[in-house]
Amino acid sequence: MSRRGRTLWIVGVALALVVAGVVSWYASSSPDGLEWAAERAGFAHTAEDSAVAGSPLADYLWNGEEDRLSAGAAGVVGVLVTLLLAGGVTWLVRRRGVPGQG
Amino acid sequence: MCNKVDAVHVPDGFLDVPTSVATGALAAGTVALALRKARTELDDRTAPLAGLTAAFVFAGQMINFPVAAGTSGHLIGAVLTAVLVGPWTAVLCMTAVLLVQAVLFADGGLTALGTNVTLMALLAVVVGYGVFRGLSAVLPRTRTGVLTAAGVSAFLSVPAAALAFVGLFALGGAVDLPLGTVVSAMTGVHLLIGLGEAAITVAIVGAVLAVRPDLVHGARRISAATVLEDRRPVAAEVPR
Repeated sequence: MSRRGRTLWIVGVALALVVAGVVSWYASSSPDGLEWAAERAGFAHTAEDSAVAGSPLADYLWNGEEDRLSAGAAGVVGVLVTLLLAGGVTWLVRRRGVPGQG
Repeated sequence: MCNKVDAVHVPDGFLDVPTSVATGALAAGTVALALRKARTELDDRTAPLAGLTAAFVFAGQMINFPVAAGTSGHLIGAVLTAVLVGPWTAVLCMTAVLLVQAVLFADGGLTALGTNVTLMALLAVVVGYGVFRGLSAVLPRTRTGVLTAAGVSAFLSVPAAALAFVGLFALGGAVDLPLGTVVSAMTGVHLLIGLGEAAITVAIVGAVLAVRPDLVHGARRISAATVLEDRRPVAAEVPR
Protein backbone atom coordinates (compact mmCIF):
# COMPACT_ATOMS: atom_id res chain seq x y z
CA MET A 1 0.00 0.00 0.00
CA SER A 2 1.23 3.49 -0.82
CA ARG A 3 1.67 5.98 1.98
CA ARG A 4 -1.57 7.81 1.13
CA GLY A 5 -3.36 4.50 0.85
CA ARG A 6 -2.14 3.53 4.30
CA THR A 7 -3.26 6.87 5.74
CA LEU A 8 -6.73 6.45 4.23
CA TRP A 9 -6.92 2.92 5.65
CA ILE A 10 -5.85 3.92 9.16
CA VAL A 11 -8.20 6.92 9.23
CA GLY A 12 -11.05 4.72 7.94
CA VAL A 13 -10.53 1.98 10.54
CA ALA A 14 -10.24 4.58 13.32
CA LEU A 15 -13.47 6.21 12.16
CA ALA A 16 -15.29 2.84 12.07
CA LEU A 17 -14.05 2.05 15.60
CA VAL A 18 -15.25 5.42 16.91
CA VAL A 19 -18.65 5.08 15.20
CA ALA A 20 -19.20 1.52 16.50
CA GLY A 21 -17.51 2.02 19.85
CA VAL A 22 -18.74 5.47 20.88
CA VAL A 23 -21.31 7.04 18.55
CA SER A 24 -23.51 3.91 18.51
CA TRP A 25 -24.54 4.62 22.13
CA TYR A 26 -26.42 7.67 20.90
CA ALA A 27 -28.25 5.88 18.07
CA SER A 28 -32.04 6.01 17.98
CA SER A 29 -33.70 3.19 19.88
CA SER A 30 -37.05 3.61 18.12
CA PRO A 31 -38.19 0.46 16.31
CA ASP A 32 -36.50 0.21 12.93
CA GLY A 33 -38.39 0.34 9.64
CA LEU A 34 -38.94 -3.41 9.35
CA GLU A 35 -39.99 -3.82 13.00
CA TRP A 36 -42.34 -0.88 12.73
CA ALA A 37 -43.86 -2.17 9.49
CA ALA A 38 -44.23 -5.65 10.99
CA GLU A 39 -46.09 -4.18 13.97
CA ARG A 40 -48.31 -2.11 11.74
CA ALA A 41 -49.07 -4.86 9.23
CA GLY A 42 -49.56 -7.40 12.01
CA PHE A 43 -46.80 -9.99 11.67
CA ALA A 44 -44.33 -8.78 14.30
CA HIS A 45 -45.45 -11.56 16.67
CA THR A 46 -44.12 -14.22 14.27
CA ALA A 47 -40.50 -13.22 15.01
CA GLU A 48 -38.59 -15.87 16.91
CA ASP A 49 -35.50 -15.44 19.03
CA SER A 50 -32.31 -16.28 17.19
CA ALA A 51 -30.64 -19.52 18.25
CA VAL A 52 -27.72 -17.37 19.41
CA ALA A 53 -29.88 -14.83 21.27
CA GLY A 54 -28.07 -15.83 24.47
CA SER A 55 -24.59 -15.27 23.07
CA PRO A 56 -22.26 -12.94 25.01
CA LEU A 57 -22.52 -10.25 22.34
CA ALA A 58 -26.25 -10.51 21.59
CA ASP A 59 -28.00 -7.16 21.06
CA TYR A 60 -24.62 -5.44 20.65
CA LEU A 61 -23.92 -5.52 24.38
CA TRP A 62 -21.06 -7.25 26.19
CA ASN A 63 -22.74 -9.86 28.45
CA GLY A 64 -26.02 -8.02 28.11
CA GLU A 65 -24.94 -5.13 30.31
CA GLU A 66 -26.61 -1.93 29.20
CA ASP A 67 -23.84 0.54 29.70
CA ARG A 68 -21.55 2.60 27.55
CA LEU A 69 -18.50 0.39 28.08
CA SER A 70 -20.33 -2.83 27.26
CA ALA A 71 -21.93 -1.36 24.13
CA GLY A 72 -18.63 0.18 23.06
CA ALA A 73 -16.72 -3.07 23.52
CA ALA A 74 -19.30 -4.99 21.49
CA GLY A 75 -19.05 -2.44 18.67
CA VAL A 76 -15.26 -2.56 18.63
CA VAL A 77 -15.24 -6.39 18.53
CA GLY A 78 -17.74 -6.31 15.67
CA VAL A 79 -15.66 -3.88 13.60
CA LEU A 80 -12.47 -5.89 14.14
CA VAL A 81 -14.08 -9.26 13.36
CA THR A 82 -15.71 -7.85 10.21
CA LEU A 83 -12.42 -6.28 9.16
CA LEU A 84 -10.62 -9.61 9.61
CA LEU A 85 -13.30 -11.66 7.84
CA ALA A 86 -14.01 -9.37 4.88
CA GLY A 87 -10.40 -8.17 4.68
CA GLY A 88 -9.12 -11.74 4.83
CA VAL A 89 -11.47 -13.10 2.17
CA THR A 90 -10.90 -10.22 -0.25
CA TRP A 91 -7.12 -10.41 0.32
CA LEU A 92 -7.16 -14.15 -0.48
CA VAL A 93 -9.17 -13.86 -3.69
CA ARG A 94 -7.33 -10.78 -5.05
CA ARG A 95 -5.14 -10.81 -8.15
CA ARG A 96 -1.55 -10.94 -7.05
CA GLY A 97 0.80 -8.07 -7.87
CA VAL A 98 -0.02 -4.47 -8.68
CA PRO A 99 -1.29 -4.05 -12.26
CA GLY A 100 1.26 -2.49 -14.55
CA GLN A 101 4.13 -3.56 -12.32
CA GLY A 102 4.34 -7.14 -13.53
CA MET B 1 -29.29 7.86 27.70
CA CYS B 2 -29.40 4.12 27.48
CA ASN B 3 -29.74 2.71 24.04
CA LYS B 4 -29.59 -0.82 22.93
CA VAL B 5 -28.40 -0.94 19.37
CA ASP B 6 -31.18 -2.47 17.45
CA ALA B 7 -30.09 -2.90 13.86
CA VAL B 8 -32.88 -5.29 13.08
CA HIS B 9 -32.64 -7.47 10.04
CA VAL B 10 -35.14 -10.15 9.12
CA PRO B 11 -35.47 -12.36 12.23
CA ASP B 12 -36.19 -16.07 12.34
CA GLY B 13 -39.88 -16.87 12.00
CA PHE B 14 -41.08 -14.18 9.56
CA LEU B 15 -40.72 -16.52 6.58
CA ASP B 16 -41.52 -20.21 6.38
CA VAL B 17 -38.92 -22.97 6.03
CA PRO B 18 -39.16 -23.55 2.24
CA THR B 19 -38.71 -19.82 1.54
CA SER B 20 -35.76 -19.64 3.94
CA VAL B 21 -34.17 -22.71 2.34
CA ALA B 22 -34.66 -21.20 -1.13
CA THR B 23 -33.11 -17.85 -0.20
CA GLY B 24 -30.33 -19.73 1.59
CA ALA B 25 -29.52 -21.65 -1.59
CA LEU B 26 -29.67 -18.49 -3.70
CA ALA B 27 -27.40 -16.69 -1.22
CA ALA B 28 -24.89 -19.56 -1.13
CA GLY B 29 -24.78 -19.76 -4.93
CA THR B 30 -24.30 -16.00 -5.24
CA VAL B 31 -21.46 -15.94 -2.72
CA ALA B 32 -19.74 -18.85 -4.48
CA LEU B 33 -19.95 -16.99 -7.79
CA ALA B 34 -18.80 -13.72 -6.17
CA LEU B 35 -15.73 -15.48 -4.73
CA ARG B 36 -14.62 -16.15 -8.31
CA LYS B 37 -15.79 -12.92 -9.94
CA ALA B 38 -14.48 -10.54 -7.26
CA ARG B 39 -10.97 -11.50 -8.34
CA THR B 40 -11.31 -9.14 -11.30
CA GLU B 41 -12.04 -6.22 -8.95
CA LEU B 42 -9.45 -6.89 -6.28
CA ASP B 43 -5.72 -6.34 -6.36
CA ASP B 44 -3.06 -5.34 -3.86
CA ARG B 45 -4.32 -1.75 -3.84
CA THR B 46 -8.08 -2.30 -3.67
CA ALA B 47 -8.32 -5.38 -1.39
CA PRO B 48 -7.46 -3.42 1.78
CA LEU B 49 -10.21 -0.91 0.93
CA ALA B 50 -12.70 -3.78 0.68
CA GLY B 51 -12.04 -4.96 4.24
CA LEU B 52 -12.18 -1.38 5.47
CA THR B 53 -15.49 -0.75 3.68
CA ALA B 54 -17.06 -3.86 5.26
CA ALA B 55 -15.89 -2.77 8.73
CA PHE B 56 -17.31 0.67 8.06
CA VAL B 57 -20.67 -0.76 6.93
CA PHE B 58 -20.80 -2.83 10.13
CA ALA B 59 -20.22 0.34 12.18
CA GLY B 60 -22.66 2.36 10.07
CA GLN B 61 -25.42 -0.22 10.50
CA MET B 62 -25.18 0.26 14.28
CA ILE B 63 -26.33 3.85 13.91
CA ASN B 64 -30.10 3.97 13.76
CA PHE B 65 -31.21 7.43 12.74
CA PRO B 66 -34.72 8.63 13.56
CA VAL B 67 -37.22 8.87 10.73
CA ALA B 68 -40.82 10.05 10.99
CA ALA B 69 -43.48 8.51 13.22
CA GLY B 70 -41.30 7.13 15.99
CA THR B 71 -39.37 4.76 13.78
CA SER B 72 -35.72 4.57 12.86
CA GLY B 73 -33.59 3.26 10.07
CA HIS B 74 -29.98 2.48 9.42
CA LEU B 75 -27.57 2.27 6.55
CA ILE B 76 -27.61 -0.84 4.39
CA GLY B 77 -24.40 0.10 2.59
CA ALA B 78 -24.82 -2.06 -0.51
CA VAL B 79 -24.47 0.79 -3.03
CA LEU B 80 -21.74 2.45 -0.96
CA THR B 81 -19.73 -0.76 -1.05
CA ALA B 82 -20.42 -1.55 -4.71
CA VAL B 83 -19.41 1.96 -5.84
CA LEU B 84 -16.24 1.93 -3.72
CA VAL B 85 -14.95 -1.59 -4.37
CA GLY B 86 -17.10 -3.12 -7.13
CA PRO B 87 -20.33 -5.14 -7.15
CA TRP B 88 -18.89 -8.67 -6.77
CA THR B 89 -16.68 -7.57 -3.92
CA ALA B 90 -19.72 -5.83 -2.41
CA VAL B 91 -21.55 -9.18 -2.33
CA LEU B 92 -18.66 -10.62 -0.29
CA CYS B 93 -18.35 -7.59 2.01
CA MET B 94 -22.07 -7.33 2.72
CA THR B 95 -22.27 -11.09 3.36
CA ALA B 96 -19.38 -10.83 5.83
CA VAL B 97 -21.18 -8.04 7.70
CA LEU B 98 -24.47 -9.97 7.83
CA LEU B 99 -22.71 -13.17 8.91
CA VAL B 100 -20.91 -11.43 11.79
CA GLN B 101 -24.16 -9.73 12.85
CA ALA B 102 -26.20 -12.95 12.78
CA VAL B 103 -23.62 -15.22 14.44
CA LEU B 104 -22.02 -12.93 17.03
CA PHE B 105 -24.69 -10.33 17.71
CA ALA B 106 -27.95 -12.28 17.19
CA ASP B 107 -28.99 -9.53 14.76
CA GLY B 108 -31.01 -11.14 12.00
CA GLY B 109 -32.01 -14.77 12.41
CA LEU B 110 -29.68 -17.67 11.66
CA THR B 111 -32.26 -19.43 9.48
CA ALA B 112 -33.02 -15.97 8.01
CA LEU B 113 -29.35 -15.36 7.13
CA GLY B 114 -29.95 -16.50 3.53
CA THR B 115 -32.90 -14.10 3.33
CA ASN B 116 -30.87 -11.19 4.68
CA VAL B 117 -27.99 -11.98 2.29
CA THR B 118 -30.45 -12.24 -0.60
CA LEU B 119 -32.04 -8.88 0.24
CA MET B 120 -29.03 -6.80 1.30
CA ALA B 121 -25.98 -8.46 -0.28
CA LEU B 122 -27.61 -9.56 -3.53
CA LEU B 123 -30.75 -7.61 -4.40
CA ALA B 124 -29.67 -4.23 -3.01
CA VAL B 125 -26.32 -4.58 -4.81
CA VAL B 126 -27.84 -5.72 -8.13
CA VAL B 127 -30.57 -3.07 -8.21
CA GLY B 128 -28.42 -0.32 -6.70
CA TYR B 129 -25.34 -0.93 -8.83
CA GLY B 130 -27.53 -1.46 -11.91
CA VAL B 131 -29.12 1.96 -11.43
CA PHE B 132 -25.69 3.45 -10.69
CA ARG B 133 -24.28 2.11 -13.97
CA GLY B 134 -27.35 3.26 -15.90
CA LEU B 135 -27.14 6.79 -14.50
CA SER B 136 -23.36 6.92 -14.90
CA ALA B 137 -23.81 6.27 -18.60
CA VAL B 138 -25.98 9.37 -19.07
CA LEU B 139 -24.54 11.73 -16.45
CA PRO B 140 -21.36 13.75 -17.06
CA ARG B 141 -18.16 11.90 -16.21
CA THR B 142 -17.34 14.15 -13.30
CA ARG B 143 -17.19 13.92 -9.54
CA THR B 144 -20.69 15.44 -9.35
CA GLY B 145 -21.95 12.91 -11.88
CA VAL B 146 -20.60 9.98 -9.85
CA LEU B 147 -22.00 11.36 -6.59
CA THR B 148 -25.43 12.01 -8.14
CA ALA B 149 -25.57 8.47 -9.52
CA ALA B 150 -24.43 7.05 -6.16
CA GLY B 151 -27.01 9.06 -4.22
CA VAL B 152 -29.98 8.18 -6.43
CA SER B 153 -29.09 4.50 -6.59
CA ALA B 154 -28.48 4.32 -2.82
CA PHE B 155 -31.88 5.91 -2.27
CA LEU B 156 -33.64 3.40 -4.55
CA SER B 157 -31.81 0.37 -3.13
CA VAL B 158 -33.63 0.69 0.20
CA PRO B 159 -37.28 0.56 -0.99
CA ALA B 160 -36.17 -2.09 -3.52
CA ALA B 161 -34.92 -4.34 -0.70
CA ALA B 162 -38.06 -3.60 1.32
CA LEU B 163 -40.31 -4.54 -1.61
CA ALA B 164 -38.29 -7.68 -2.23
CA PHE B 165 -38.95 -8.63 1.37
CA VAL B 166 -42.67 -8.09 0.73
CA GLY B 167 -42.37 -10.40 -2.29
CA LEU B 168 -40.79 -13.10 -0.13
CA PHE B 169 -43.44 -12.53 2.51
CA ALA B 170 -46.14 -13.02 -0.14
CA LEU B 171 -44.52 -16.34 -1.11
CA GLY B 172 -43.81 -17.67 2.33
CA GLY B 173 -44.84 -15.31 5.11
CA ALA B 174 -45.57 -16.87 8.49
CA VAL B 175 -49.09 -15.45 8.43
CA ASP B 176 -51.52 -14.68 5.63
CA LEU B 177 -51.99 -10.95 5.34
CA PRO B 178 -53.43 -8.80 2.58
CA LEU B 179 -50.40 -7.89 0.47
CA GLY B 180 -51.48 -4.24 0.25
CA THR B 181 -51.18 -3.85 4.02
CA VAL B 182 -47.61 -5.13 4.03
CA VAL B 183 -46.64 -3.06 0.98
CA SER B 184 -48.00 0.17 2.41
CA ALA B 185 -46.44 -0.40 5.82
CA MET B 186 -43.03 -1.21 4.31
CA THR B 187 -42.84 1.36 1.51
CA GLY B 188 -43.31 4.74 3.19
CA VAL B 189 -40.86 4.23 6.02
CA HIS B 190 -38.24 2.71 3.71
CA LEU B 191 -38.48 5.65 1.31
CA LEU B 192 -37.52 7.89 4.23
CA ILE B 193 -34.73 5.55 5.29
CA GLY B 194 -33.54 5.66 1.67
CA LEU B 195 -32.90 9.40 2.03
CA GLY B 196 -30.55 8.68 4.93
CA GLU B 197 -28.90 5.93 2.90
CA ALA B 198 -28.33 8.38 0.04
CA ALA B 199 -26.90 11.08 2.34
CA ILE B 200 -24.42 8.70 4.01
CA THR B 201 -23.42 7.11 0.69
CA VAL B 202 -22.77 10.48 -0.99
CA ALA B 203 -20.80 11.77 2.02
CA ILE B 204 -18.48 8.76 2.18
CA VAL B 205 -17.99 8.25 -1.57
CA GLY B 206 -17.34 12.01 -1.77
CA ALA B 207 -14.71 11.83 0.99
CA VAL B 208 -12.88 8.91 -0.64
CA LEU B 209 -13.09 10.61 -4.06
CA ALA B 210 -11.49 13.69 -2.53
CA VAL B 211 -8.42 11.83 -1.25
CA ARG B 212 -8.03 8.75 -3.46
CA PRO B 213 -10.23 9.00 -6.59
CA ASP B 214 -8.12 6.27 -8.20
CA LEU B 215 -9.35 3.73 -5.64
CA VAL B 216 -13.07 4.28 -6.27
CA HIS B 217 -14.33 1.44 -8.48
CA GLY B 218 -17.38 3.39 -9.69
CA ALA B 219 -15.24 6.38 -10.69
CA ARG B 220 -12.69 4.56 -12.82
CA ARG B 221 -14.00 6.18 -15.98
CA ILE B 222 -13.62 9.69 -14.58
CA SER B 223 -10.33 9.33 -12.76
CA ALA B 224 -8.32 9.07 -15.98
CA ALA B 225 -10.06 12.14 -17.41
CA THR B 226 -9.65 14.13 -14.19
CA VAL B 227 -5.96 13.38 -13.95
CA LEU B 228 -5.48 14.70 -17.48
CA GLU B 229 -7.47 17.86 -16.78
CA ASP B 230 -5.82 18.45 -13.47
CA ARG B 231 -2.24 19.16 -14.35
CA ARG B 232 -1.13 19.90 -10.84
CA PRO B 233 2.00 17.99 -9.80
CA VAL B 234 0.01 16.08 -7.17
CA ALA B 235 -2.08 14.47 -9.87
CA ALA B 236 1.01 12.74 -11.24
CA GLU B 237 1.41 10.54 -8.21
CA VAL B 238 -2.23 9.48 -8.11
CA PRO B 239 -2.18 6.50 -10.49
CA ARG B 240 0.14 4.43 -8.34
